[in-house]
Amino acid sequence: MSDFEYVRAKTIEETVKFLAAHGADTRILAGGTDLLIQLRNNESRPSFILDLKHIPELQTGVQLKGDVVSISATVTMSELIMNPLINRYFPALIDAASAVGSVQIRNRATLVGNICNASPAADSAPPLLVYGADVIAVGTNGTRRIPLNDFFVRSGVTSLQDSEFVTSIELPVPSVRMGAAHVRRTRRKGHDLASVTLCCGVEETGTTKICYGSVGPRPILAIDTSGILADQKAPEEAKTALFESIFAQASPSKTSMRASPAYRLAMLRVLGKQALKLALSRLNEGGREI
Amino acid sequence: MNINNQHYKLEVSSSKRLLDVLREDLNLTATKECCGIGECGACTVLVNGKAVLSCLMLAAEADGAEIFTAEGLADNGQLSALQKAFLEKGAVQCGFCIPGQLIAATYLLAQNPHPTREEVEEGIAGNLCRCGGYERIIEAILSVAEKGEEQQ
Repeated sequence: MSDFEYVRAKTIEETVKFLAAHGADTRILAGGTDLLIQLRNNESRPSFILDLKHIPELQTGVQLKGDVVSISATVTMSELIMNPLINRYFPALIDAASAVGSVQIRNRATLVGNICNASPAADSAPPLLVYGADVIAVGTNGTRRIPLNDFFVRSGVTSLQDSEFVTSIELPVPSVRMGAAHVRRTRRKGHDLASVTLCCGVEETGTTKICYGSVGPRPILAIDTSGILADQKAPEEAKTALFESIFAQASPSKTSMRASPAYRLAMLRVLGKQALKLALSRLNEGGREI
Repeated sequence: MNINNQHYKLEVSSSKRLLDVLREDLNLTATKECCGIGECGACTVLVNGKAVLSCLMLAAEADGAEIFTAEGLADNGQLSALQKAFLEKGAVQCGFCIPGQLIAATYLLAQNPHPTREEVEEGIAGNLCRCGGYERIIEAILSVAEKGEEQQ
């Protein structure tokens, strides 16, 4: 680990000023479960580590604000899993948070950190995209609301500027009944990164949203408004054809150690059907309460 | 910081991990270093009551925190219920992973005093045992849960 200065930020304002001066030489620390590994391996050699965990404005947790659920930057995966609002409105996010690492990792890793790392394999990305999440970022030019779909650029790269950081993620409370599920394939359970991730959300209106990750530089969101996927009486061939068009954007890495492209593409099709079935059964069980 | 109910005032380099300070500065070597990248669980400690990996945490982050390591399990030479159960069930082979397993199990039972076998498996999913002693480790944790004894 190379030498750096550890800085504990106390306010958002102070953080913005610090990043305006040193943004390019600073790595932001929340849970640290990815950052500490990069530091250890000397893949990252920042001059400053800026710890956000002691900023009261970022300790607001999970809050219902009108028709939006806000998740602040310090909320860990374990806290998400235990949260009644998330369990009530966003069960697929619970599926994803429960799949992250081990209990020790989930006790530290934050949802916002998972998004900011922009790993194509990030477990939380597919459900957040299906639920229509926005990223709230602050910088020298004030506060910016970025739809999550515009936030991810490619592996490890987001649309954030050096002087900006994410204070929270906001999820709209679904306005129609919805069943959603997140599934993944991995080499071993416990702490491996995902080889393929997929979230499916079916609305009572017939719209189906599918988002898949770990098969390209960033997660891909596709929306079926034809109603075919949501229709349990629709012919299998029609659904298969639709899935094929949805998965056309998958371009898995040829050099990844975790799984071959052929395996990932095959599993994508399996997971698509699996998640759709689970999402439909959750919708039929009542979906979430409104 | 407070470690096993003892206060410490330390000056540490900002690049030291909590694990380094425990082992190198304080000679608390029950907490083991193995993978160093958050995959094996050998360095598991409790920070403010939560099981975390001390290899993925800067010592500076633990400023003001309450830390609990495997050294804190025995009370005046009396082994904790979990430690006794690990011995009785023969859960310890080479022993390297055991401090981490014990802390993960302590956390699990504090959260959920009567876990199912599946919940025990999930609770220690982040703790690798190269001897493959999982069966006996799980049996030991379940036996403590069944007895309903107080932890620690």
